[in-house]
Amino acid sequence: MLWRRRFSRTRRGDFAVSLPDAERELLRGLPTQLRELLATEDPSLERLFPPAYLNDDERNAEFARLMHMELLGKRLATLDLLEETLDADRLTEEQILAWLGSLNDTRLVIGTILDVSEDMEPDAIADDDPRFPMWVLYHFLSGLVGEIVDALDRG
Amino acid sequence: MAPTAAPAEVETVDTGTVEETVEERATETDRPWIVIVWNDPINLMGYVTWVFQKLFGYSRAKATKLMLDVHEKGRAVVSSGNREKCELDVFRLHEHGLWATMEQSG
Repeated sequence: MLWRRRFSRTRRGDFAVSLPDAERELLRGLPTQLRELLATEDPSLERLFPPAYLNDDERNAEFARLMHMELLGKRLATLDLLEETLDADRLTEEQILAWLGSLNDTRLVIGTILDVSEDMEPDAIADDDPRFPMWVLYHFLSGLVGEIVDALDRG
Repeated sequence: MAPTAAPAEVETVDTGTVEETVEERATETDRPWIVIVWNDPINLMGYVTWVFQKLFGYSRAKATKLMLDVHEKGRAVVSSGNREKCELDVFRLHEHGLWATMEQSG
């Protein structure tokens, strides 16, 4: 049997989603968890709200004052869209972009928690390590992000 | 958008240095800003290339070159312009999860 793409652009311009139920279940809890995390100032969020200036605390404070809520609002809106369309077999471009944004946001948080580095091998975290489930989720999300980008590129 | 320093306030100050001050500000304002994307171990190379194409309308070739610069050299200048434009670019890059900063060139 041929490997089936999980995301593919259709002739009508929307996107067909072929995601097994088990994989959708893996995603189902993410929006709530990330939403709860976004209500905090947890250090794992640092990649989602990075400073705009190097070595300029004053300007960074001003940038954050003006931009943080808007950036947070956009992140929450994409989470809502992901949650609303988790069981869909077809996604509009706006919806698949929300999937991409939210899944990548989640990778950034998990990657920060796991302190990943570029040269980390897939077996860098052993299966008896308490961080292993998160490591598996990270790679699963990486696969989805890569496939969504491929689907968008093929348009 | 962050406001730029308001020169009007300075001009009302009654000193002999007003012209000089205004001129200095003009020079500072004229110097273009650049937006830098820094290498990070999380974002996927294909994703970063796609973001550069989407946000800046760059060709696949140019976006790939910039992505490789980020990956291999640790950073790349991805856009430039006045402060407001660069702040918007930085905001959009942050929205897409990239590690971007801005600074004044020169």
